[in-house]
Amino acid sequence: MLPGDLKASDFDRYPPKARQLAAKHIDLLRRMPLAFLPLLLREVIAYDWKFPVEQTELDKQFAWLAAMPASDFEKAMGPFAQLRLSAKLEHVDWINSPGEFSEQLTAHLWATRQIDAFRAASIAYIHNLNAANPEQPPTTPRLGIAVIGYGVDQNKYPLFRKLRPHGVYFHNVDPENGLATLLNHVAERAREHPVPFGHWYIDGSENQAMRGDGVTKMCYAALGSVRNALIDKMRRVMQPGGGGPEVLRTMLAELRPEDLGLNGEGNAAVLNRFQVSVLTEGSGTQLFSTTFVQWSAREALRRAQPATLLLRFTPRLHEQSMRELLAGTPQTPMPDPHGSLVDADMGAYYTWINQQRLTGAERAAFLVWFEGHNEALAIGPLLPRGTDNPNPVNLRQILAQMG
Amino acid sequence: MVVTFGGGARDEETFMPEGQENIPNLLNQLIPQATFFTQVVNRGILGHYVATASLATGVYETFNNFAAVPPDNPTVFEYFRKDLKRPATDAWVVAPSNGFNRIGESGNRAYGQGLGAGVILPKRLLAAALSSAGESQYEHLLRDNYETPLYTPQVSGSEIELHQMAEILKLSVADFTAHARSLASPDELSVYIAKQLMRQLAPSLLWITLHDIDIAHSGTYSLYIEGIQRCDRLCAEIWNTIQSNPEYANKTTMFILPDFGRDSDTDAGGNGFQHHRTGDALSRTTWMMVLGPSVRHNVVVDRALESTDLVPTLGALLGFSPKLAQGKPVAEVL
Repeated sequence: MLPGDLKASDFDRYPPKARQLAAKHIDLLRRMPLAFLPLLLREVIAYDWKFPVEQTELDKQFAWLAAMPASDFEKAMGPFAQLRLSAKLEHVDWINSPGEFSEQLTAHLWATRQIDAFRAASIAYIHNLNAANPEQPPTTPRLGIAVIGYGVDQNKYPLFRKLRPHGVYFHNVDPENGLATLLNHVAERAREHPVPFGHWYIDGSENQAMRGDGVTKMCYAALGSVRNALIDKMRRVMQPGGGGPEVLRTMLAELRPEDLGLNGEGNAAVLNRFQVSVLTEGSGTQLFSTTFVQWSAREALRRAQPATLLLRFTPRLHEQSMRELLAGTPQTPMPDPHGSLVDADMGAYYTWINQQRLTGAERAAFLVWFEGHNEALAIGPLLPRGTDNPNPVNLRQILAQMG
Repeated sequence: MVVTFGGGARDEETFMPEGQENIPNLLNQLIPQATFFTQVVNRGILGHYVATASLATGVYETFNNFAAVPPDNPTVFEYFRKDLKRPATDAWVVAPSNGFNRIGESGNRAYGQGLGAGVILPKRLLAAALSSAGESQYEHLLRDNYETPLYTPQVSGSEIELHQMAEILKLSVADFTAHARSLASPDELSVYIAKQLMRQLAPSLLWITLHDIDIAHSGTYSLYIEGIQRCDRLCAEIWNTIQSNPEYANKTTMFILPDFGRDSDTDAGGNGFQHHRTGDALSRTTWMMVLGPSVRHNVVVDRALESTDLVPTLGALLGFSPKLAQGKPVAEVL
């Protein structure tokens, strides 16, 4: 099937809001090339469970495309239309399984050495879209906080090396009540600037108690049964006769929160979808808590664009060496605090990079603290770059300096 | 001798100033004896099996990375054996188990069956040894595809079986298993097997693919760094073994190269070191080190090579003609 053949009834299996959106823009969809349309439909089909910011962005994208003169539209779609696709791709059910189409398109583009052309076309398209629809900065400057190193008593690893050129390195921080100070600060921001999915707290273990309910919370421990159910499903597919990697990919793409025991309505359903996507799309998120926190943060920033994000990295499980695996005696999984500190240090850096990709980056601030210790690094518009601060200070004072 | 890092490493964690602490052996012991190429560009598919196959054929292969299929084009092993009339015992591959069982010989009808290299998958052998001893922990050991951590591929190829290993390498299953218990990682097991091959058969063409670094796909930076540090140590160990073995010393050329890089920290389409999905310059560009009796010492070459240049270079060195390879011989090491 080709885009020009689309009918409104083709979207009957879409969720209600997604169906409505597709039907409203069906004339536009018919004009899009096959190398582009299913990728847009991949967003449309998930519309009902998207964060508010994402829904607004998708609405704006449709409005922008619909308002384009025909010649501009052809120009925008031209690089995608010029890609050579196979007949096999036309036979994929790209309306109802746009994710599967996307996987096959990617493989085809790599195999035919068109991936660079596709990449260039995508970058140009997004650039033009953003230029035509400048995003509004957040009502309050963004703040990212990463708490790293729980469980590490002594550390020789040089922390914050990649972030130091961008901010102030504090190495005389009073750690007393540090975590409580940060939790309270996040809760306070959520009270002052209430926005659905605008303030997040993600923990590698369990969410710590926090006053108020304006913060979206998720944690690795609470998803234990979901992770186990998922791993069980994955194992079954990968066993002989289970279907193999292609079936696994399709199975993961089609998993619903309810299939993994996550039930909920309204905002809870949206968060459940997000959590399942973290576990099914993120490599390593099912096995390592540090990866879970970093990937969740990346996705939360990319999709929900929160004003506040608090991460707490805790020790992931120790990766057993071959020697240990062959030792012959079943071992209780042990945590790896030192390895996790290194992972989290990099995770904090990546979180800062991802935060800086959002609007209002010039006003945004970022804090990373070595939990229970006297090292922290703060970045913000009011703070100098690449400096050391040896003076006694607590986290409340650092937050105040960050503005 | 060709050593590839299946599971690319970025310059940031290796040869850039901040990464040099991870590769003391490459930097201090090997580079002073080597010609070092700073830019090797892979313009093909950035999946480990298909990319390693491309390195071995000199053609950018386009098959499904996750399928256990042979390369479409003749491999370096086939050119070597057919042109030079070498026996099967003279060309070997030691590789991780993920799909690599078919890398020894291609599906090309003019070459292919019976003309390729022997393939040893040490983890598969270990799994078979443990299984035959009634031990059941081997399932974890076979986990070598970190992009889909639970993926353990079915093997149906021409790799060496357990009993053949005992015969060819003069290594009993009991000794092999006992030694494996003293090792930290699958790459150490691969190097151990490579040393056994060198001792027992002294092949003229030996290809070792290391894979520990690919744990990066799990998103754990510390384990990725440990993989790089282990590769660094093992490369020096292989070179030292070459230099201490009379069959090899002063008459062996060794090529070391990652199959490709990994994504940059700043490309929004990726997640930094974790994957190699964006196709950005960093994920496509890596390096190569060449050591040997006729190779100039301590020379750095900045011109860009392609991954497909390796096979024509090996052909020029060893005297065979890789007719279908796309690359060009690298003049600086000939």
